[in-house]
Amino acid sequence: MSAAIHIPPSEAILACEGLSKHFGGIRAFTDVAFQARRGEVTAVIGDNGAGKSTLIRCLVGVHVPDGGEIFFDGKPQPFGNPDEARKAGIETVHQNLALIDELTVAQNLFLNREIVRRIGPFALLDRKAMKNQARAMLSRLSINMPSVNQRVRRLSGGQRQAISICRAAGSGAKLVVMDEPTAALGVQETANVEALIRRLREQGVSVILVSHNFDQVRRLSDQIWVMRAGKMAATVRASETTGNELVALVTGAA
Amino acid sequence: MSLPTDSASANPQAGATEESRSSLAALLLDPSFWADWASVVGLVGLVILFGATSPVFLSIANLQALLLAAAILVVLSIGQTFVVATSGIDLSLAASVMLGAVILGLVHAAGWGIFAACVAAVLATSAIGLLNGVLITTGRIPDFVVTLGTLSGITGLGLIISGGEPTMVGSTFLLKLASGKFGPFGYPVWVAIAAVIIAHIALYHTRFGVHLLATGGQAESAAALGIRTDKVKLAAYTISGFCAGIAAILLVARIGSAEPQINTSLLLNSVAAVVLGGVSLFGGRASILGPAIGALMLTALVNGLTLLSVSAFYQPLAVGVIVVLAALIMRYQK
Repeated sequence: MSAAIHIPPSEAILACEGLSKHFGGIRAFTDVAFQARRGEVTAVIGDNGAGKSTLIRCLVGVHVPDGGEIFFDGKPQPFGNPDEARKAGIETVHQNLALIDELTVAQNLFLNREIVRRIGPFALLDRKAMKNQARAMLSRLSINMPSVNQRVRRLSGGQRQAISICRAAGSGAKLVVMDEPTAALGVQETANVEALIRRLREQGVSVILVSHNFDQVRRLSDQIWVMRAGKMAATVRASETTGNELVALVTGAA
Repeated sequence: MSLPTDSASANPQAGATEESRSSLAALLLDPSFWADWASVVGLVGLVILFGATSPVFLSIANLQALLLAAAILVVLSIGQTFVVATSGIDLSLAASVMLGAVILGLVHAAGWGIFAACVAAVLATSAIGLLNGVLITTGRIPDFVVTLGTLSGITGLGLIISGGEPTMVGSTFLLKLASGKFGPFGYPVWVAIAAVIIAHIALYHTRFGVHLLATGGQAESAAALGIRTDKVKLAAYTISGFCAGIAAILLVARIGSAEPQINTSLLLNSVAAVVLGGVSLFGGRASILGPAIGALMLTALVNGLTLLSVSAFYQPLAVGVIVVLAALIMRYQK
């Protein structure tokens, strides 16, 4: 079914062909073809155990697939580890957010890409520059934060999610991958994070979104890919589908 | 300590008067304030207590002697802080000091210059730190077990290579280091001050410092962002070993010989100073000034008790009570 939509390769920021992954005797997914278009929000949905998280992990280099090819930006890109994927321009918002509670908002936003000033042989942190840029990063995505000097420990779940997304987007990433970004959030916080994802898209960042929430997927995404039992079962435009159709595709009733 | 009386006396005063006072009262009633400033509050409390009870305590000569005596513990506490910040602990610290001292003495006795002896001591203790780090990271053994093992191992090694005998180190350089003065302070105090400044810069103004706290705070998250947490831990343990080497030089200079007897109070006091200094034993939260002041406080305690002619047997008891109290207050740290 995925062959029904012909996206020219130049339009795909990330794509894979014939991708397979198994752990020992357990098959996570086989022969999966998938494409995420440049500048779009691409959703991957499916039941628990359908293989969507493992697929995403293969695409960003956490797992190495057993077979098939991955293309990023039109070129074959077998990422050996998440660092390589990050250097190529794929940022992942981890399900656990990968924030350090005891560090401040600014420190978290610049963790492992700190700005330094060289003084002779020494490199000292330019804390002022990092704070200023942190404020700019937050305001660019209209994220409300009392202070960039606040420790992350004191932030709410939605604020933490926002920081993590802001960090991913702020590094000049071409593609931001999010695994269940609103799974643990309340109604208002979910709305805030959804608005954040829309702003990312407006700024030309491509997004891959893994979600359980069909309504959210239809609200946010342009293209929806449906996984079922380790196969890519279907792909539809979000504007041309209904919640019932998605349920049918996910459960296999269609 | 002085916690309950201070906060209680400030409270009614503030509630009765203006708002600016109530924010001060709120600060004084906030347990996390006391947790962050435990070592400063303790030091001030001890200075007032001993200053009032012993006329000698606040004399210039005694304060200078106090600082001189604190220098070694300050340097060790800094080393311990780097390890504790990664949510580890270095139990081999005092044993490293002893081995460093023995190596210094033997290299010097073998006819090498005093500088070569000092360098050899620092290299040896740094190597012990590195070994601790390697065993903990690549060996995947808990820090507690590894450093307990190296504690015993290097204590034995020190006894073996020294034959259990102290080595006299007659060196004008070390004599000057121990007794010389620059400005108001002796050289060991300046060494400690330099160590505090360098460590403070490393912790707060370098990428390494941020990565150290990130590794101690949430190692998994730090690793997910590409921080090499194993290398950070290796560095922390090596820094701890390096500090042990510096402390070994100061110790040999102070007592004029290299003793193979392990000074256990140094180890306990280095951990105590770190706890008093508000460093979280779970890692991720640290300062350098805090443990340095904690080390000063513990030294002041021993000094004051001695001036008051309290038997030396009571000193470990007093240190223990203070450390447990400090750890209790830490629970309220936010």
